[in-house]
Amino acid sequence: MSQAASVRTLAKAAPQGLVVNPRIKHAHYFETAARIITGGALVAVISVIVFVLGYILYRGIGSLSWEFISTPPQARMTEGGILPALIGTLWLVLLTAVFALPVGIATGIYLSEFAKGRIARFIRVAIANMAGVPSVIYGLFGFAAFSIALGFSKSLLAMGLTLTCVTLPVIITATEEALKQLPKELRLASLALGATRWRTTWRIVVPTAAPGIITGSILGLSRAAGETAPILFTGVAFFAPTAQSLMQPSMALPYHLYIMATQPVRPAPHIVWGTALVLVGMLSIINAGIALWRSRKRKKLKW
Amino acid sequence: MKSAHHRLDISRMGFSRTADVVARTIISVVAWVAIVILAGIAAFLIQNSLKALQELGLWHMVAGSDWFPTSANASFGFLPAEVGSIWVTAIALMLCVPFGILAAIYLSEFANSRVKEVGKTIIEFMAAVPSVVFGLIGMTLLVPLIARIFDLSSGLTGFTAGLCVGIVCLPTIISISEDAMHAVPDELRQGALALGNNRWQMAYKVIVPAASSGIFAAVMLGLGRAIGETMVVLMVAGNAGIIPTSPFLAARTMTATIAQETGEVVRGGLHFSVLFVMGLVLFTITFLINLVADSVLERQRRRWRR
Repeated sequence: MSQAASVRTLAKAAPQGLVVNPRIKHAHYFETAARIITGGALVAVISVIVFVLGYILYRGIGSLSWEFISTPPQARMTEGGILPALIGTLWLVLLTAVFALPVGIATGIYLSEFAKGRIARFIRVAIANMAGVPSVIYGLFGFAAFSIALGFSKSLLAMGLTLTCVTLPVIITATEEALKQLPKELRLASLALGATRWRTTWRIVVPTAAPGIITGSILGLSRAAGETAPILFTGVAFFAPTAQSLMQPSMALPYHLYIMATQPVRPAPHIVWGTALVLVGMLSIINAGIALWRSRKRKKLKW
Repeated sequence: MKSAHHRLDISRMGFSRTADVVARTIISVVAWVAIVILAGIAAFLIQNSLKALQELGLWHMVAGSDWFPTSANASFGFLPAEVGSIWVTAIALMLCVPFGILAAIYLSEFANSRVKEVGKTIIEFMAAVPSVVFGLIGMTLLVPLIARIFDLSSGLTGFTAGLCVGIVCLPTIISISEDAMHAVPDELRQGALALGNNRWQMAYKVIVPAASSGIFAAVMLGLGRAIGETMVVLMVAGNAGIIPTSPFLAARTMTATIAQETGEVVRGGLHFSVLFVMGLVLFTITFLINLVADSVLERQRRRWRR
């Protein structure tokens, strides 16, 4: 029975002349007020994000057409589509996946299954710290390390490597969390059958945790698709044709959005909102798909 | 027959022992990647900063009040950017700390499981929305609104940027403080309720104090996020290189200065090197914030480990 109902029943059931302790009543009012205030804060936060998505859909839906996503910009960026930016972003996500997934998943496995004591703690601190480094600092680092020191100059490769650094902590943490959720018995049973630690990990633990690892990694990679600051100096272009090799600069959706939105000379609002819709739409579909899949999985699978 | 079988078994065991050692060695080497990258960031920032540090000196830049990087008599003072960063961060925190913690309390203590799942999913999605998108919305809707409300000639101010950055930081604060409250064992809730507290009394007398270090860490990480936010500030703060004496003036943060100018300057020149010094200062600040947040979180984790 809820608190409110119990106070009411108490008041009703009390014989004539007996009143409910005012302190209980007061506490009850405070409880209601607290529910309204905290609930209101949550509703406010959620309405902001719903409003942002709705507004982008409202402004962008008119610009969306097959032509918009399948042709390059025309008429000095005031007309045409966003094809090179779209392909550039897909390339960046693919490159990031190629570099970040093996390293990130291996590190996650190490932390969850093998690491102990000081070293593990040291590595975890480093990962938590990496996650908090401002994205523009990754941009500076990528510029100095990949573009200049390694000589990749402004290219897809330099951008992909920089985004790998940004994404790694997300993938490592997701992998570690997914592995940690498995029951200990699973590992013990495998070890009891005579399998080595690595065999247990590789044949039993990782396959069982695969859905969690995959969804977490996709979420991490989708973050790479939206990052702008890390690619600012490492090879993103205001305008470039679709890159023919990894050593060429390329356009990317979030930068295209930024540069078109802050373009004072030749504003083209329909391109800005169309680009925003494509970017946010892609991320929404990926996120919603994963959320649905996870909640279905959670209902089916209980440890 | 039997012995052959035996031999086969032994050789396979030998193989898997070797595989075990090799695989474990490989991943334990790979696991150092985070440390290598962090050290790499520090090393490259320092290496490119040396020129400016030698020619100008750290204090001259950090405490210098004029930012005229391109004039003949160039001056590289960080104060305009530092003050801009402080305004934006302060306003962002004033918005996202109360809203974030209250929303987290509701999610953790009042919401039923369905609301909780949907709410957390939406918050998680909010974290995935690129900050350029919030910048765009801020530019289009908030900037004219702020100009009208406060009767300013332009709505591109530190205040506007602070509001947008506050929204960007909300998911960080909500999910980490919700996690902290969620980690408080249920026995404490049951004990509090059994003593006759209602849920709100339980929340503010027992759960919030028990989770306080986690909530503190959430605020610290939100602070780090706010200082480091780049694109939103670049788009709505107004980008003025003078010290903003009020939040209702155009401002420019350290992140925005780096983002704006690094691409345009001569590689290896003094201005270039100065921007790396600014990056180094920013990196040091966020590194310390993250370190504090992480050690506080670790203590909380140990406290409630079951």
